[in-house]
Amino acid sequence: MSNLEQTASSVAFDAAQPSDNAVSRARTVQFEIGRRGLLLLSWLAPVVLLIVWELLAQAGWLSPQVLPAPSKVLRTAFKLAASESLLNDLGISLLRAIGGFTIGASIGFALGILVGFSRIAEAAIDRSVQMIRAIPFLALLPLVIVWLGVGEAEKIFLVALGVTFPIYINTTLGIRQIDPKLIELGRVQGLGTLDLIRRIVLPGALPSILTGVRYALATAWLALVVAETIGAQSGIGFLAMDAREFLRTDVIVLTIVIYALIGVAADAIARTLERRLLAWHPNYGGAR
Amino acid sequence: MTLHVAPSSTAASPAVVVTHLCRAYGSRVVIENLNLRIERGEFVALLGESGCGKTTLLRALAGLDPVDGGRIAAPRRPAVVFQEHRLLPWDTLWRNVALGLQVADVRERAAAALAEVGLGDRLDDWPRNLSGGQAQRVALARALVQEPELLLLDEPFAALDALTRIRMHHLVRELVATHRPGVLLVTHDVDEAIALADRILVMRDGRIAFEHRTSGARSIARAELLAELGVVASHPIPA
Ligand SMILES: Nc1ncnc2c1ncn2[C@@H]1O[C@H](COP(=O)(O)OP(=O)(O)OP(=O)(O)O)[C@@H](O)[C@H]1O
Ligand SMILES: [Mg+2]
Repeated sequence: MSNLEQTASSVAFDAAQPSDNAVSRARTVQFEIGRRGLLLLSWLAPVVLLIVWELLAQAGWLSPQVLPAPSKVLRTAFKLAASESLLNDLGISLLRAIGGFTIGASIGFALGILVGFSRIAEAAIDRSVQMIRAIPFLALLPLVIVWLGVGEAEKIFLVALGVTFPIYINTTLGIRQIDPKLIELGRVQGLGTLDLIRRIVLPGALPSILTGVRYALATAWLALVVAETIGAQSGIGFLAMDAREFLRTDVIVLTIVIYALIGVAADAIARTLERRLLAWHPNYGGAR
Repeated sequence: MTLHVAPSSTAASPAVVVTHLCRAYGSRVVIENLNLRIERGEFVALLGESGCGKTTLLRALAGLDPVDGGRIAAPRRPAVVFQEHRLLPWDTLWRNVALGLQVADVRERAAAALAEVGLGDRLDDWPRNLSGGQAQRVALARALVQEPELLLLDEPFAALDALTRIRMHHLVRELVATHRPGVLLVTHDVDEAIALADRILVMRDGRIAFEHRTSGARSIARAELLAELGVVASHPIPA
């Protein structure tokens, strides 16, 4: 109903027949078109780029050895998907990511809770963790390979390593940022320690923890790409390295696109989580 | 006559009895040998210069701070309303009111308490959608739903505008008449104390220095209280 109305008024506006009593209405419609126009414009550049790329490739100006046409990449995607090898490799990569993420997030969260609550745990743990954090975790890769070889353990370990720190840091930060007055209120209301954590500490720390989750998703993905590029027998990264030997740039580009898409999907999941869990928060939830 | 029927009580039973209470921060003694008794259903206002130790006393009664000497005998954990509403922003109003409530029908009880403060239609709303006065009303509901025998109020209306404050006075008087807890109200506002309290205390030098039962001539009480607080009125006060 309101949709119909909107269409009708925007048509009237397009036809440039503003009536006096519809001036304010027209202004809001114009604002909406402005926003839609901007959205369109923001998509224009990438689409044009893609078309130019396609045309250059079709015209033979771009060697397929350097960059295959987008349409060729798409066809390769369908072909590989039909043979199931693509889905298989994708599944393996996702399993590694999820496994590593779960392990790393659990450790980071547990340590974060411990350090956030206990001064003793903070004194005992925090400095060491901060020192390890100063190492770019990918620099540990050669050492990890010496320890664990190039099997699944090494890949999951690397992902977990990349995930642990952002979760740890944001969990401790979130707990420290909780208003002590609310903790005091919890005590006044007679909450036990467990209820205090459940009703006040965790919800208060949640925005920070979810920020950590978003960072962690990005580092998990980066860790996976690196781990799979070095000595993998399966997975998206293996697909890329295998394709490299045969100069199959279409497959390589396809793997890059898949990495990107999964990165985008992970971020979308994190955002949805924030919107759902932080409905109360003026900066996240749309709830009124 | 009273709504509250205690099994073995005959006359008034105390909501709290404080004897020889002492409290110091380092070497600075804030409360020294303070005695205080508040009956159930009695409304006591506590006045005193800024920094004289009113909040310190209230926090000691609430069990939030340790004491250095003396005894506080309260039958049950008191309920507290602070100057800030202290609502949990991540919980809806009814969940805020129900915080720490241990009964079977938590939501119904919280709903009833919210209805009492005139917010019965906002059960599932968020605290951030409330005005200052509404938020303070929820805090009041959260304190009263616990059915406390002692209700501690630390300048709960200080941040409200004059009109809202008057409405809150009416509401508090009604609620206290219904639930009949002993009340200790810390305030800076002499008129608020006169309007609400059965008994007004002035704190000075770490103890209760002056006590006044409100009955009869209110303007006299006002002048006397202001004098006790070290304020000399330059204008005559209209009756
Ligand atoms: N945590 C603390 N550490 C040290 N001194 C404190 C602390 N809290 C309060 N004091 C001191 O104790 C004294 C009494 O403080 P209190 O907060 O009880 O005063 P108050 O009567 O509530 O004042 P106001 O009317 O301004 O709220 C003040 O001199 C204050 O500086
Ligand atoms: Mg105070």
